[in-house]
Amino acid sequence: MRRSRTLFGAALAVYAFLYVPLVLVAVGSFNAARLGSSWTGFTLDWYRRLFADERMLAAAGNSLVIALAATAISVVLGTLAGLGLARYRSRALGFLVLTPMAVPDILTGVSLLLFFVLIHLTLGMASVVLAHVSFCISFVALVVRATMANLDPHLVEAARDLGASPGAAYRRIVVPVIAPGIVAGGLLAFTLSIDDFVITFFTAGVGTTTLPLQIYSMIKVSITPEVNAVSTLLMLVTLSLVVLAARLAPSALRSGE
Amino acid sequence: MPADSWHPDGWRLLLVGAPALALVALFVAPTLIMALATLQLPDDLGGLAPAVVRDEAGLHLALTLENYQRVLGDFVYLQVFLRSLGYALVVTGACALLAYPVALTIAAAPAKWRDLLLLLVVLPFWSNFLVRIYAWVLLLGPEGAVARLVNWTVAFTGAGPVVLMYTPAAVLLGLVYVHLPFMILPLYANLRRHDPAWLDAARDLGARPLTGFFNVTLPMSLPGLVAGAVLVFIPALGAFAVPDILGGAKGSMIGNLISDQFLAARDWPFGSTLALLLTLAVAGLAGLGAAAAARLPGNRHDA
Repeated sequence: MRRSRTLFGAALAVYAFLYVPLVLVAVGSFNAARLGSSWTGFTLDWYRRLFADERMLAAAGNSLVIALAATAISVVLGTLAGLGLARYRSRALGFLVLTPMAVPDILTGVSLLLFFVLIHLTLGMASVVLAHVSFCISFVALVVRATMANLDPHLVEAARDLGASPGAAYRRIVVPVIAPGIVAGGLLAFTLSIDDFVITFFTAGVGTTTLPLQIYSMIKVSITPEVNAVSTLLMLVTLSLVVLAARLAPSALRSGE
Repeated sequence: MPADSWHPDGWRLLLVGAPALALVALFVAPTLIMALATLQLPDDLGGLAPAVVRDEAGLHLALTLENYQRVLGDFVYLQVFLRSLGYALVVTGACALLAYPVALTIAAAPAKWRDLLLLLVVLPFWSNFLVRIYAWVLLLGPEGAVARLVNWTVAFTGAGPVVLMYTPAAVLLGLVYVHLPFMILPLYANLRRHDPAWLDAARDLGARPLTGFFNVTLPMSLPGLVAGAVLVFIPALGAFAVPDILGGAKGSMIGNLISDQFLAARDWPFGSTLALLLTLAVAGLAGLGAAAAARLPGNRHDA
């Protein structure tokens, strides 16, 4: 009994370690004090400033456009890859899908930078979208493959025996079963894209700023509670997207299995 | 009969070929270009000098091993590699120490609580990476809660105030913080397959709880530990943002060295060489992890 209580206490401390820093960021966004950890009163000023900050709004707009474009492309390619992985035991495709996920971001970033410069693609929105597609495809593919496990192959065979064309069998049977996986994969891709810092940092060039790049320059140059405010909003957006994705495809998002 | 009768032949091209082509273009090709760049010279204005040049004698290759000689010839670079390996090792160990109590608690929790406890581990991981680092900028900065707590404690010993930001300790703390979920999840996935009867048997035979942990739970959980170690060690080794923001010059890692070559020094071939060496280190470690996992006794329970 004593052992389990010690264990529980230790686990609680680790949970606190995970959450207290993030909670303090959120609390700081409502703190009237400009710097420091003492509470001097509740304010929404930092949020007001945030929504009046032109550069921040432009960065948010860029992030949104990039995330939508990267999501659209990677949902198409990732869904194809997920179906491909589920139906054909292609080791080559498995390798191509899994390896990019294991590569540290900095390597992806600099190799894509070299690649874009070599093919004379001007660094900017387009290069960032392609860079994001390169790591989003894998996530969509794995989520879609996981939902394919819910599909009874006999259903498709039955449809084919009853005269459905392959296209019709896909439309009427496969797509409805994997639809939650496609949506969940899309939400993940969107979240990953809007959150990405390192790969964007290397592939955006000088003129293009996204929300994480803007936060980075503020952390580096001048920290104000405006950073807390934008961080808090960003956390809310990504967390709600992930929770939504987890509801749609619970089996696919149970990581570590 | 083909493996699945419901796909006409052409579909393989679409389902495997199209995504494979995209991934070859956006992952394989850039990696190969980076590998080739390690043999090239920097251009006058940054970027890469052409690999093939044309002069009076005609076309010939302009490749060099200079970049490799430079990495191996200067102890500074080896030092950064060793420091990064050391940091990644410490971070992996610290994550394991913190992960066991959490993973054991989740595995022992009533079924209805498990999903919530797991979600609570995953959620911080899904909040923005920079925001999680920024949280520590605030905590460790001169006015931050942790800095004040530490200095309040230190004051009793009579020592002067200590600076926490821009130190190796800050980098280690930040790396543990962002990578901890990667250790907890595989560890839990392994521990939940453990039969409580194993520990009961150990106790019936007279083992105290700690003995039971070290002789039963720990060895049987090694596959999960190895999986978590690979998932933590590799990104920690290649970390860029954490040392960049929390570390300053003293805590810089390979990632910072690579970034400097690309963005500040504009010596892309040399940056590529460092990046390729990091890639090889990562690939080697991943292979080592896979080989270790395959040999472990508890592995069949994990399959």
